[in-house]
Amino acid sequence: MSDALLSVRNLTTAFATESGRTIAVDDVSFDVRAGEAVGLIGESGSGKSVAALSILGLLPTPPARVLAGSAVFEGRDLLQMPAKELRRIRGKRIGMIFQEPMTSLNPVFPIGEQIAESLRLHERIGNEAARKRAIALLDRVGIPSASRRLDDYPHQLSGGMRQRVMIAIALACDPKLLIADEPTTALDVTVQAQLLDLLNDLRRETGMAMLLITHNMGVIAEFADRVVVMYSGRVAEEAPIETLFDAPRHPYTQGLLGATPTLAQTEARLRTIPGSLPDPAAPPPGCRFAPRCSFADAECSAARPAEISLAVGHRAACRRTDATKNWQAA
Amino acid sequence: MADLALTLFPANARRTGRKLLRNRAFVAGAFLVTLVFLAIFLAPLLAQYEPNRMQIRMRFREPSAEFWFGTDNLGRDMFARVLYGGRLSIEIGFWVVMLNAVFGVAMGALAGYFRALDNPLMRLSDALMAFPSVLLAIGIAAILGPSTSTAVIALAVVYIPRTARILRASVLVVRELDYVHASRAAGAGDWHILTRHILPNCMAPLLVQLSFVFAYAVLSEAVLSFLGLGAPPTVPSWGILISEGRSYIREAWWLTVVPGLAIAITVLGLNLLGDGLRDVLDPRMKIQQE
Amino acid sequence: MLAFAIKRLLHTIPILAIVSLIAFGMIKLVPGDPAVVMGGTNATAAEIDQIRRNLGLDQPFHVQLGAFYWNLLHGDLGNSLLLNVPVTSAIIERLPATLWLSAYAMLLTLIFGLATGIIAALRHNTWVDQAATTLALIGVSLPNFWLGLVMIVVFSVHLGWLPTSGFVDPAESIVGFLRTATMPAAALAMLQIGLLARITRSAMLEVLRQDYVRTARAKGLPEWVVVMKHALANAMIPIVTVVGLIFSVLISGSIVIETIFTIPGMGALLGNAILRRDYPMIQGGLLFVAAALMLLNLLADMLYAYFDPRVQVDRDG
Repeated sequence: MSDALLSVRNLTTAFATESGRTIAVDDVSFDVRAGEAVGLIGESGSGKSVAALSILGLLPTPPARVLAGSAVFEGRDLLQMPAKELRRIRGKRIGMIFQEPMTSLNPVFPIGEQIAESLRLHERIGNEAARKRAIALLDRVGIPSASRRLDDYPHQLSGGMRQRVMIAIALACDPKLLIADEPTTALDVTVQAQLLDLLNDLRRETGMAMLLITHNMGVIAEFADRVVVMYSGRVAEEAPIETLFDAPRHPYTQGLLGATPTLAQTEARLRTIPGSLPDPAAPPPGCRFAPRCSFADAECSAARPAEISLAVGHRAACRRTDATKNWQAA
Repeated sequence: MADLALTLFPANARRTGRKLLRNRAFVAGAFLVTLVFLAIFLAPLLAQYEPNRMQIRMRFREPSAEFWFGTDNLGRDMFARVLYGGRLSIEIGFWVVMLNAVFGVAMGALAGYFRALDNPLMRLSDALMAFPSVLLAIGIAAILGPSTSTAVIALAVVYIPRTARILRASVLVVRELDYVHASRAAGAGDWHILTRHILPNCMAPLLVQLSFVFAYAVLSEAVLSFLGLGAPPTVPSWGILISEGRSYIREAWWLTVVPGLAIAITVLGLNLLGDGLRDVLDPRMKIQQE
Repeated sequence: MLAFAIKRLLHTIPILAIVSLIAFGMIKLVPGDPAVVMGGTNATAAEIDQIRRNLGLDQPFHVQLGAFYWNLLHGDLGNSLLLNVPVTSAIIERLPATLWLSAYAMLLTLIFGLATGIIAALRHNTWVDQAATTLALIGVSLPNFWLGLVMIVVFSVHLGWLPTSGFVDPAESIVGFLRTATMPAAALAMLQIGLLARITRSAMLEVLRQDYVRTARAKGLPEWVVVMKHALANAMIPIVTVVGLIFSVLISGSIVIETIFTIPGMGALLGNAILRRDYPMIQGGLLFVAAALMLLNLLADMLYAYFDPRVQVDRDG
């Protein structure tokens, strides 16, 4: 996979807690190719956000620490890079938007300044030019009468508008990769759809790659070319989008699909997975999903399952893929 | 704030106690305060000499094995004088805290509970707080004339509005809690609700505030005494010791330095205690108003 | 902003009225006959009578109160018994030294208080944080007059670097000002440095874990821009709420500190008035200081509105 824009290998991130060390991301590998949209899906606590933040060096250290692995972006390992060089990539080559538009913008600076700041830093352009670009960006992300809103403060905008501003900041320097961490979760449904459309449009226009982190299968379905499913800090399954929905092979993915309400199915009873996410401080030995898995046998709980390649671009970390073959969507 | 105030309920008392013992600030503060109190109350056992015994041949002795804190211009043992002198400082601090606990709580509870009283009481406290605290105490003490009770009254007047504010804020929160409404619906009277349901839930911020008031009172009392506005009894307080030592600052530094250290240790201990209590009981409480 | 300032100014008027009433009432609290107390033990009956008449104590209560407010509105705070000059002119004459000293102390406070607090927050839970926190706590626990005396012992008596007393106006000699004012300013600033460091640390800790700080880092901004621009601009909001407190501590402290270092400022003036029972001076001085502090608090409110765009300055703050 030499054509990967971002290639994450064996990423392992831990948090120091009162009761010792908790591994939040455990030996995670995946690729994002240029122009591709990859979905990283999992429940909250599955380590998907931590993985993304690890790549960009945005986790507070301490308590967090990247213990192992590499994240090669455009041929260079972000995890080994001096802080100064990593800063030149953050905001310039890789943009990021976060889950909480209400709190992710600085409340004491006008939004125009928060966009222009990035431009002045990375593109070395003057104040006037940066302001002009900021207006164009606000316009592009669908903020009406952009030139008049430039000096607005975040508290004067709605949640959806704030997330548009966040997108404008992330896209200011035409990044090659956009990492979007639950970009629509905090917003209400109609706004969610608009923002997803906007992101889709922008991706098509700019040809940037995208790593979309979400817990929502519906969002993934609309968006991703390829999906990486995470469970309890590990990759459970990776597959092209059609394969994932048609023929998932990891029991967790299967459960997840069963538990996904689609718009057509809101009234149907959701099939949820019994049990809950394991305690990250004391994960079960062997396969993390084994205690909740209807296919699990004694050996599943004994050793970490190897990743099995099922087809091109389709892998699953499960010993019982033979048994999970006959899956029927709920 | 209210749910945190509940940590003082007996059911949680043991857990709160454990948390306090694990809090370094609290433990350090408790240690210092205990040390100071023990030294002061065991002064007759610890000190070799009477605090006022003059040994004219022993004037201006530097701190040594015999005179731990040296001797003053009249050959009096500074160790005894500092230990005995602390009694007055602590006593004044204690009474200021007591007056705060009574009048500050009353003022805050009334203002917080009875809407009609809120505005006049809070305007009065605004006006009192418009003066710089120590300056107001100095002014009151200057006008009432120097005595121990003057110092207590002056310092109490200064800190009661501040205590009242903190209590009022807690009462405003607690009085809107469900069980208070339930109690009112069940026909409980104002007095019952206030004393049985609301005040017990305001204990945490009150306790924190009172430990800081104690610290401020000891510190401010020293200023009053230093300016000659405290009491001049047979055994002077720490502030007076410093003020006396000041005249001999060139010959005998210890006369000034040692009583000040005693104040610093006491106030540091009380501040640590307050910090620890706040961390455990009421973590959301901001830096105190003075 | 102007409308906001005027509105706040109007809000202070009722408080100022109560404040002046307290100041007026204070003299009524003097045990016994104030004129006798003020006259001292050696005063003749005629002298005491004179004092009583000067203070208007022979007039009925409502006349006294009316005269007090009438004079107050004309900026007349009465006459000092000790100096035989109007209280206001005595204060104005002594004000420059106090202002210079306060400005110096405030500068020290801002530099060391903010720096200590910021560094402690950035090195949270390390020995640097521990040391800074401990120093700040010691700062708020030391009696400032004692600290002044200890500095005299060390820097004047033992090392002989700085004079023990006196004051040189910076307009005359900057070096002279620095030589005479550094110890008193440092003694004055210590408590406030502690206060400011404590609030700055907790405000910065709170702010540094906010999402927008992460956003700033995600933009690739250098760490010092993240801290000094994005974090500090937000931390300033809680920090300015203690500005009033800091001014109040400063004014209280200047009485003792100016007395110790014999600085011809307002603090020493008041300190002396207190020792000599110069009641009109005490009363007028307290009132002046309270009014000044209210004005400074107004300034703090405006700073607050300046730092927090969410405060609606055009509406009632």
